[in-house]
Amino acid sequence: MSSAAPRINDFVIKIATVNGTGSASANSLLMKSIFRSGIPVMGKNYFPSNIQGLPTWYEIRVTKQGYVARSGAVDIMVAMNAETYGRDAREVAPGGYLIYDSTWPRPVLFKREDVTVLGVPLARMVNESFTGVRTRILMKNICYAGVLAALLDLDLEQIRSLLAETYGRKPQLVDANMKAIQLGADYARAHFDCPLPMRAEPMDATRGHILIDGNTAAGLGAVFAGATVAAWYPITPSTSLMDAFKGFCERLRVDPETGRRNFAFIQAEDELAAIGMVLGASWNGARAFTATSGPGISLMGEFIGLAYYAEVPAVIFDVQRVGPSTGMPTRTQQCDLLAAAYASHGDTKHVCLYPANPEECFYMAVQAFDLAERLQTPVLVLSDLDIGMNDWMCPDLKWDDSYVPDRGKVLGAQELEKIDKFHRYLDLDEDGIPYRTLPGVHAKGAYFTRGSGHTQFGTYTEDPAEYQIVIDRLTRKFATAKRLVPPAVLTAARTTTDMGVVSLGSCDGAILEALDVLTTMGVAVNYLRIKAFPFGGEIEQFLAEHRVIFVVEQNRDAQLRSLLTIETGVEKSRLRSLLHYSGLPISSGCIVEGILSELHIAPGVQPALRPVMSGAVQS
Amino acid sequence: MTFIPKPKVAHPSLPRNELGLTRRDYEGSLSTLCAGCGHDSITAAITEACWGLSLEPKNLVKLSGIGCSSKTTAYFVAGAHGFNSVHGRMPSIAMGANAANRELHYIGISGDGDTLSIGLGQFAHAIRRNVNMLYVIENNGVYGLTKGQFSASADLGTRAKKGEVNTQPPIDPVLLAMTLGAGFVARSFSGDRRQLVPLLQAGLQYRGFALIDVLSPCVTFNDHEGSTKSYQYTREHYEPAVQADFVPRQPEITVDYGEGEAISVTMHDGSRIVLRKIDASYDPLDADAAHSSVQQKLRRQEYLTGLLHVRPDGQDFHAINRTPERPLNQLPFAALSPGSQALDQVLQRFR
Repeated sequence: MSSAAPRINDFVIKIATVNGTGSASANSLLMKSIFRSGIPVMGKNYFPSNIQGLPTWYEIRVTKQGYVARSGAVDIMVAMNAETYGRDAREVAPGGYLIYDSTWPRPVLFKREDVTVLGVPLARMVNESFTGVRTRILMKNICYAGVLAALLDLDLEQIRSLLAETYGRKPQLVDANMKAIQLGADYARAHFDCPLPMRAEPMDATRGHILIDGNTAAGLGAVFAGATVAAWYPITPSTSLMDAFKGFCERLRVDPETGRRNFAFIQAEDELAAIGMVLGASWNGARAFTATSGPGISLMGEFIGLAYYAEVPAVIFDVQRVGPSTGMPTRTQQCDLLAAAYASHGDTKHVCLYPANPEECFYMAVQAFDLAERLQTPVLVLSDLDIGMNDWMCPDLKWDDSYVPDRGKVLGAQELEKIDKFHRYLDLDEDGIPYRTLPGVHAKGAYFTRGSGHTQFGTYTEDPAEYQIVIDRLTRKFATAKRLVPPAVLTAARTTTDMGVVSLGSCDGAILEALDVLTTMGVAVNYLRIKAFPFGGEIEQFLAEHRVIFVVEQNRDAQLRSLLTIETGVEKSRLRSLLHYSGLPISSGCIVEGILSELHIAPGVQPALRPVMSGAVQS
Repeated sequence: MTFIPKPKVAHPSLPRNELGLTRRDYEGSLSTLCAGCGHDSITAAITEACWGLSLEPKNLVKLSGIGCSSKTTAYFVAGAHGFNSVHGRMPSIAMGANAANRELHYIGISGDGDTLSIGLGQFAHAIRRNVNMLYVIENNGVYGLTKGQFSASADLGTRAKKGEVNTQPPIDPVLLAMTLGAGFVARSFSGDRRQLVPLLQAGLQYRGFALIDVLSPCVTFNDHEGSTKSYQYTREHYEPAVQADFVPRQPEITVDYGEGEAISVTMHDGSRIVLRKIDASYDPLDADAAHSSVQQKLRRQEYLTGLLHVRPDGQDFHAINRTPERPLNQLPFAALSPGSQALDQVLQRFR
């Protein structure tokens, strides 16, 4: 047993299993029991694009500082999958622990001398105590949770009450699971020096917080935003967003007396149909949305262009996954930034929102509907697999009961009654946003929607000047969008600096953590997190005020950097890319290293003088 | 393209419908299709059908994809909202629009290219969902706007204007629709307005997906000798099997057709379709038999026309979805957004 100094509430557990063996419930049990002890915790699931039989990992980061990013190191590995023993053993950080099923000898695991190997005869114990193949497989996983509970000093009563909540109506399941927990815990206490130096100690840092994934939060947001038509085609990793919407609607939107459903949930034949349904419904005055991922965005391109040009609202959640092509469907990236911003042929630009965590998925879902209807255009919410499918600790979601949805410039029957003639695409308010009408409301409201050339009066045209009037107004509308989208968030360094970091979305947690590390090293960097496209003036200003700007993003081709160079006046040479695109969520380490190497400082060396920082602030 | 506004003056003696509107009130902008195009006859029949039904123009929604046929939604009922979308994707727009507001009448105009090639998938799935809409195919066997390529409805052996002979078998939308379980399947001819108008009226009132495949010759690219979709060929090879009369809610049956067994089909809104069999052996209520009859005739290059199959008791999308009678786009926000207390309840699950 290691005699290292205690590491309380600051370590990473990684569990290597085979997918389809029910390890998710064991992992969630561990996560929640840590969370319920008031300790900030983060869970990330690295799973295969497969139903059963392939390796899968679950990483739990216990973090008293409340960091939300992947740590990049593993302190305790639970190696339950013989197929990956080799690499799992290699991944443990020096001084860490390796737990394995010692029912069978595994000499490969003993090659590491800087790691403490803990063998637990999980299969043997479970086989002796349970019958049935499936039960034994499931209970073996619950059993390792029991081992960890003892090693980490988790409260077993806490675990029992969690099990009772999960299996409320089936007390025999609570008992069986608890028996497996106890088996593991008893074995660990009898054979090892419990608890380990790295262990959990109750805190009070999770009050007012929830553990939620971004897809669930976004689906919930769509319910609260009043979305009534949801059309989609199944695609990883966006499917759980639609499942969440449907689940919440079945609970919150069905009339208890009549059984009538105040929503339409349509599984389309493909993504083309899904977005078509969204456009049809939005055009007809319902709040409608779809959720998809990269391949779906490619397929929706033509309709997105129609919505841009014919000015039809639409909300599209793009839960990004690794591309190109099918790529790695169960791994994360931010690789649709360009595809989303300029989706479709011709001159098109789209409003994009970039949530950084599940909390923002909820609020941005609501904002997306307001923006889509205000601007009469598609709004793409670019989440990613890391945000969408992993459990994040977030502050409680709040709902303001005084919220009134912004339905935009829609003329009602009374307004139409008063006007002489309605023209669909006239810029009456000089903000680039025309007025629209809904079918069935008033005889005067009728107009013809088309993706072909049209005049500002809504009629067909092939006339150069008439065409240009409309297309130029769309540019003005996009300028209006700059003022309406959420502004970027500045995290200023404590001291003056001419170095900046610009990023978006799920890089946020890793960057904030990296900034903490850099601060302790005396490196000051200002950080601007972009929350939306088009880019507002604050982004231009930040770029102008920093001499060196690190653009952190999770794709190979520096898509955010490209967007910044296309859409702002920044000189390319001042933008340094820090890219991470392996498919695993970004960790703070690569950001710290990237910035330090730019400054010619080796990681771990205390910087004495940083010449790069002595330059004057450029504007 | 020249745009000539149509004069809006109506002669005072023009007959008026229940809403006091004349046929002129159901017209749209001037057609820009070729003179003699079958599609213009269909446009005229739709105008007549809507006027005859006393349909309030604002309660009609006109949808289309891309192609000559899809342009025609601009040429009728100017007082209705229209949506000319993208090629082959009109059914999804119709589905979404219908999901949002179940109260309006939806008419989709498509062509054989728009429906049977690029849009085959959406066409099939709109039938499966039983979207409450009238879907009209203006079927001429060619791509007109791109100058005369064969479409998927072109018959084997038919000859193009430039001489090319079609070597691929056609997809027949009527047989396909019957196979997929459509509850209202009809075929007609743009040159037979007496047959077409009541079919359109019945299709507009039918609750569920109603298909009318209208043979509609293309005078420019497919009206020559050797074409199986020319005016002459169609007149020689089409055969009415069932005559449908549309009867509005007030029972007033006017039949001016020959002898035959009459079948009355009552629809959801109380209106009726009276079917008169011209071929006594034909049973439009039996989908399998209807399918077989249509197919046998097609093998002999003959088109059976009329309301070929009708199932009055189908459940449309909203019945299956159990949506409320009040359209989704008119539900008050309070009925949709559960509020802060409900949110607090929901969050308990995530602690």
